[in-house]
Amino acid sequence: MSGKEVFYQGNEACAEGALYAGCRFFGGYPITPSTEVAEFLSRRLPRVGGAFIQMEDEIAAMASIIGASLVGKKSLTATSGPGMSLKLENIGFACITEVPCVIVNVMRGGPSTGLPTGPGQSDVMQAKWGTHGDHPAIALAPASVQEIFNETVRAFNISERLRTPVILLTDEIIGHMREKITIPEKGELEIWDRPRPDCPPEEYLPYDTSKGIIPPMADFGSGYRWHVTGLNHDASGFPTNKPSLVQPEEERLMAKVTENLDIIEKYEHLTKDGAKVGIVAYGSSARSANAAIRLALEEGIPVDFIRPITLWPYPSQPTIEMAEKVDTIVVPEMNLGQMIDEVQRCIEGRAKVVGVNRVDGDPITPENILEKIREVA
Amino acid sequence: MSTVQARKEETVVSEKEGRKITVIPRYCKGCEICVALCPKSVLEIREFKVYVARIEDCNECLLCEIRCPDFAIEVEGKGKKGKS
Amino acid sequence: MAFDYDKYMRPGKLPHIWCPGCAHGIVMKSIIRAIDRVGLDKDRTVIVSGIGCASRMPGYVDFNTLHTTHGRSLAFATGVKLADPSLNVICVAGDGDALAIGGNHFIHACRRNIDITMVVFNNNIYGMTGGQFSPTTPHGKLASTTPYGNPDYAFDVVELSMGAGATYVSRGTVYHAVPLERQIADGITHKGMSVIDALCTCPTTYGRRNKLGSATDMILWFKDNTVGIKAAERLSPEERAEKILTGVFRQDIKPEYCEEYQKIIDMAKGA
Repeated sequence: MSGKEVFYQGNEACAEGALYAGCRFFGGYPITPSTEVAEFLSRRLPRVGGAFIQMEDEIAAMASIIGASLVGKKSLTATSGPGMSLKLENIGFACITEVPCVIVNVMRGGPSTGLPTGPGQSDVMQAKWGTHGDHPAIALAPASVQEIFNETVRAFNISERLRTPVILLTDEIIGHMREKITIPEKGELEIWDRPRPDCPPEEYLPYDTSKGIIPPMADFGSGYRWHVTGLNHDASGFPTNKPSLVQPEEERLMAKVTENLDIIEKYEHLTKDGAKVGIVAYGSSARSANAAIRLALEEGIPVDFIRPITLWPYPSQPTIEMAEKVDTIVVPEMNLGQMIDEVQRCIEGRAKVVGVNRVDGDPITPENILEKIREVA
Repeated sequence: MSTVQARKEETVVSEKEGRKITVIPRYCKGCEICVALCPKSVLEIREFKVYVARIEDCNECLLCEIRCPDFAIEVEGKGKKGKS
Repeated sequence: MAFDYDKYMRPGKLPHIWCPGCAHGIVMKSIIRAIDRVGLDKDRTVIVSGIGCASRMPGYVDFNTLHTTHGRSLAFATGVKLADPSLNVICVAGDGDALAIGGNHFIHACRRNIDITMVVFNNNIYGMTGGQFSPTTPHGKLASTTPYGNPDYAFDVVELSMGAGATYVSRGTVYHAVPLERQIADGITHKGMSVIDALCTCPTTYGRRNKLGSATDMILWFKDNTVGIKAAERLSPEERAEKILTGVFRQDIKPEYCEEYQKIIDMAKGA
């Protein structure tokens, strides 16, 4: 990759990635440990003619980015656990109205105010199930500063192409950690924009799916006057409660994800001859897992590794393959056991699954994981 | 079919000497606001809908039209009064 | 001549969902006439609402319309406006939507002086959910959740807006629908945050419970119990205390938020 080398913190890389993806609107509210995303964009967005606004609360921040996206601006907000909880209702609004936007959750510890300055991975199930009602969920979980940059770009791309919110799950460790990264030259990474209508405005049906499950979206102000509502709606965008219309529309929202796994799914799957132990780890815990795998190999224990980069939808297929090969899968995560349930669900008893869990505000160390590897090997 | 067409088909028009009061019974919920506010007692409620009983008394003040919450009554007159 | 509402209505959406005698339609018509009076381009106008009876209004009118979550109309509208300041942005909200769940957004939109026109359909009650008391239900009144009388005190929308920094603030009523139309038109033309407290009526869930008479009685009540701020000057303090004041309370010139942000863009680009 050619481009400019910089020594960035994860949160800065996220903001830079957003600009690279074409983000021109940020609405936020101060919350540790995500504030650097907002601070960076408050400086940089106006330089490219974009807008930064610090809203009165987290709910308003989420609302503002949906509003800006409806005008056609790629939009971002950044938050952490307590703020994420507040944003959830409006994230559901973006799901049902199919308004692209990206939400960064720099995860910290604990329920409630918890450990504001400590890392956590306790919001992974919230990213899937947080907002009420059935809804499509896409969450990306990068594990390095460079990957935060790249995955932020990908989050925007997926969000635009599928017209659905995408959540970027980082955590306090990689959010605040500094690494050398390369900002690619313009054009080096593909940038996708939402589909826009080309029909005459009078023929525009905002949720017309006759030409595909992702209907074109008109910018407010572009001459296509349409109605946006969080109520269940028909192809015209107006409210309906007809069972024959509601069910297929809700199923289509989910199908946008299940029928586009080729552009959403992303993971690393590293295998070693004779491995009887596997690890599934994501985000900063995956960095410790990597080190633990190296240490285990030095002790003569080969370990397979799956690192979901897209956490939702979860990469079932490689996990099933792993389960068919190994006896035990170790799932280290900075929570009391969340993705472990998903691993168990998709392997249906093909292997034993054990967790390594910490919620004390300290990261999971390679030694924590190595200990478990030794125990189960 | 446009609303305008739909509305015209469903309207009840009273006309007299260049004055025209149009009522759209499908929109009217019979709330009686127009009846009570009309200073000339032009309107009545019949069968739960507004009815133009005495068009000749109408002075085109538009109180009924402006305060009908349901878009159910329109007054077109001899042009003595401007809109609103 | 009758006013041609059809020009601004979406085909086939009437009759609307509001109850017989509900005055929301009078406010909606006043907004439409105000938009016509100002001559807004339908393509360049966005109408934003939250949740509740009043918030169903945008669905009927032919603009870019955004029916959002409960209380959040101004927060969404702020994103719309800042993302493209050349758009005309109007918010419509009921009193509960605007001032209880949306109260924080309300005061902060006023504080920023962003160029949005907020019309509060103030009928003193949560209508859609069946008549629970709202932040504008007067002290002592009955609601489905104040069966012994309302222990809360009401917000004065005008005082609240002025205290929070809105630069155009007015109050009208559905009885005085033509002045209301004029206020809304002035609010739209005004550069900055405009709040129009549109006093209206809910005969179904508020009037009936408080024995306020018919839909018409409730509308006529405004005739006898409100007084324009100019006329009020001629009243004695005792007489004035019994009346609700209407009219334009503030019309100030102050730099508008998006214009201020444009200065930041210019500064940052030069840096």
